[in-house]
Amino acid sequence: MAFKPNMRLDKNPMPTQDPAVRAHNFNEVATGYSEDVALDEAMRCLNCRNMPCVSGCPVNIHIPAFIEKIKEGDFEGAYQIITQSSSLPAVCGRVCPQETQCEQKCVRGIKGEPVGIGRLERFVADWHNAHAKEKAVAPKSNGHKVAIVGSGPSGLTCAGDLAKKGYKVTVYEALHTAGGVLVYGIPEFRLPKSIVAKEVETLKDLGVDIEPNVIIGKTLTIDELFEMGFEAVFVGSGAGLPNFMNIPGEAYKGVYSANEFLTRSNLMKAYLDDPKTPIMKGGKVAVVGGGNVAMDAARTALRLGAEKVYIVYRRSMEELPARREEVEHAEEEGIDFRLLCNPVEILGYQNPDDPRDPKNGFVTGIRCIQMELGEPDASGRRRPVAIEGSEFELEVDAVIMSIGTSPNPLIKSTTKGLEVNKWGGIIVNEDGLTSRKGVYAGGDAVTGAATVISAMGAGKIAAKAIDEALGGLH
Amino acid sequence: MYKIVRKKALNPTVTQMEIDAPLVAKKAKPGQFIILRVDEAGERIPLTVAGTNPEEGTVKIIFQIVGATTELLNHKNEGEFIQDFAGPLGVATHTDGIKKVCIVGGGVGCAIAMPVAQEFHRLGAEVTSIIGFRNKDLLILEDEFRECSDRLMVMTDDGSYARQGNVTLPLKEMLTAGETFDMIITIGPLIMMKFVVEAAKPFGVPVTASMNPIMIDGTGMCGGCRITLVQDGKRVTKFACVDGPDFNGYEIDFDEAMSRGRMYFDYERKAHEKVCNLWKGVD
Repeated sequence: MAFKPNMRLDKNPMPTQDPAVRAHNFNEVATGYSEDVALDEAMRCLNCRNMPCVSGCPVNIHIPAFIEKIKEGDFEGAYQIITQSSSLPAVCGRVCPQETQCEQKCVRGIKGEPVGIGRLERFVADWHNAHAKEKAVAPKSNGHKVAIVGSGPSGLTCAGDLAKKGYKVTVYEALHTAGGVLVYGIPEFRLPKSIVAKEVETLKDLGVDIEPNVIIGKTLTIDELFEMGFEAVFVGSGAGLPNFMNIPGEAYKGVYSANEFLTRSNLMKAYLDDPKTPIMKGGKVAVVGGGNVAMDAARTALRLGAEKVYIVYRRSMEELPARREEVEHAEEEGIDFRLLCNPVEILGYQNPDDPRDPKNGFVTGIRCIQMELGEPDASGRRRPVAIEGSEFELEVDAVIMSIGTSPNPLIKSTTKGLEVNKWGGIIVNEDGLTSRKGVYAGGDAVTGAATVISAMGAGKIAAKAIDEALGGLH
Repeated sequence: MYKIVRKKALNPTVTQMEIDAPLVAKKAKPGQFIILRVDEAGERIPLTVAGTNPEEGTVKIIFQIVGATTELLNHKNEGEFIQDFAGPLGVATHTDGIKKVCIVGGGVGCAIAMPVAQEFHRLGAEVTSIIGFRNKDLLILEDEFRECSDRLMVMTDDGSYARQGNVTLPLKEMLTAGETFDMIITIGPLIMMKFVVEAAKPFGVPVTASMNPIMIDGTGMCGGCRITLVQDGKRVTKFACVDGPDFNGYEIDFDEAMSRGRMYFDYERKAHEKVCNLWKGVD
């Protein structure tokens, strides 16, 4: 069917909750396209023959094809096309950085705004979740068993792709809930946990077993997985220990890593009233770092009742690595960006007259120094240089360090012959194969902190390689 | 879900449970810990493994009722289930090359010290155990320690049982009398472990302390359990969940660990009171 394209230059805006309202609740910020808006946006797609958008997608979703289905009003058909390539469409439609992937390649973006591919993907996935009645069905078994370590985006993707081909897949998760960073890291207001749970349910319908509370490297080793009859293992164990700045005062009470702060709020649901797991609420908070995780932490602190939240970042807005959309949302909500600014010390309360004063050891502030940008460094970004004598203090009650993580050490320390690089990331070839036969890896465990979709891409590549190695195609 | 196979009160505030967790039972070594959640909404708490029965597939835990979660756990009975039970986590206590060891346990820390003492005994080391409690009512595991120790010294703060004084008293006496150990392993309240280190310092006897900081995931992800070691004058951040829980006692910044341990003190006290009040209505 040929549609006359809608040549309007701008994409349909994503409806969002009012910033003044959403700053005080954990409901989703973006509320999603309606059917009418989705149809209108779909009509902006030119259905290009050479499909540049597809090459920009780490999992190569057939983008023009699913958008054509939207144009036809066949939303379920659109969903079926997406799920051929992606096991987590409702997640990707929300958290993928489309502006640097599919949408960056969109022809409509040359003159005007690209097609809102991510928003359409989300619409389709949400429509399916709201309307689809038929459950996914497990395909006929091909008799092969594969174990997946970690139920984050790379593991779930690898599991989904293999299950669809008839593999018996078991996913081992160290925590009590499946989802990895999708449940412990990304906050409810950006990715509702019910959506993650739904995607996990779909995988279970496909026959995937999920075993929580099993820490591979501790409860079971990779060698034991092979003894148990698994023919291949995919390691998607994710990011590990948080980095700190090694400045004075980081042990004061009220200094969190972003991982800890977000885990308390997201996984342990400390954001609910009367939580079982405590978290500091209210007061003034400084978040150190400029990535998406820093934005998540800052906006979570705000929603937990902080009266003031700072982002402290040592370079300028231009270098700030978080997605533009997240930065804009944070600014709208009133997060105070202190750019070109680097912490040198965290300050804490000490009552000199009373060592038993219960306030002793709690954070009272953060001392920072102003920076200016010098010559480009190895990353190509201009290196921030401290301006002598420019130190100043911010009065805060909590500091959240969001300056990256290093890969989890548990698997490498218990798996003989598994080679890692000097940062601790597992070394893999282009198929995701590690130095150990039959052991594949992907996601943050390999790359260090990166995006959900790149982890999914790695899970997908490994699934294909495992399938080829085990000959499950036949 | 994990079944409580057996439950026994060791004293009015300390309970022992054996949990059906075959994978953990097969793997856990002395010094390692598990993370549990009592129910679906519960918090994750770390508890050190107090023993295993790999044939039966059970893991023994001993806990003191100090907060809301341990209160809830204590209200679970034999045959009932707890939601989550994951492990073993952390690095097992190092035993290599240690032929003569002194185990110093305080309070419920003795529950963690016991399997360590048993392991050294099994390996043929000479085991001296010093266990201390506030008073006679809080005494636990005396018989178990006697069985695996070549020498056992029991101390109570108030003298209501055995000898009066704290655990450092007999330790200092032995060291002063010229006795020495390949290793002193201490497990208990931070303040006690700090003083054990101070007592051993003049004699240059190595001390291992088992740390139990606040934890969430326990798998090397959140960083909440970080402690500071001072190594060659430099402050180094370590994570108890993957680097520990055992550390060189001489390197630990105990004062900082004590301060950090009290971060949620108020919150926990109120939460515990609330749970107790709830049970008052039921019991």
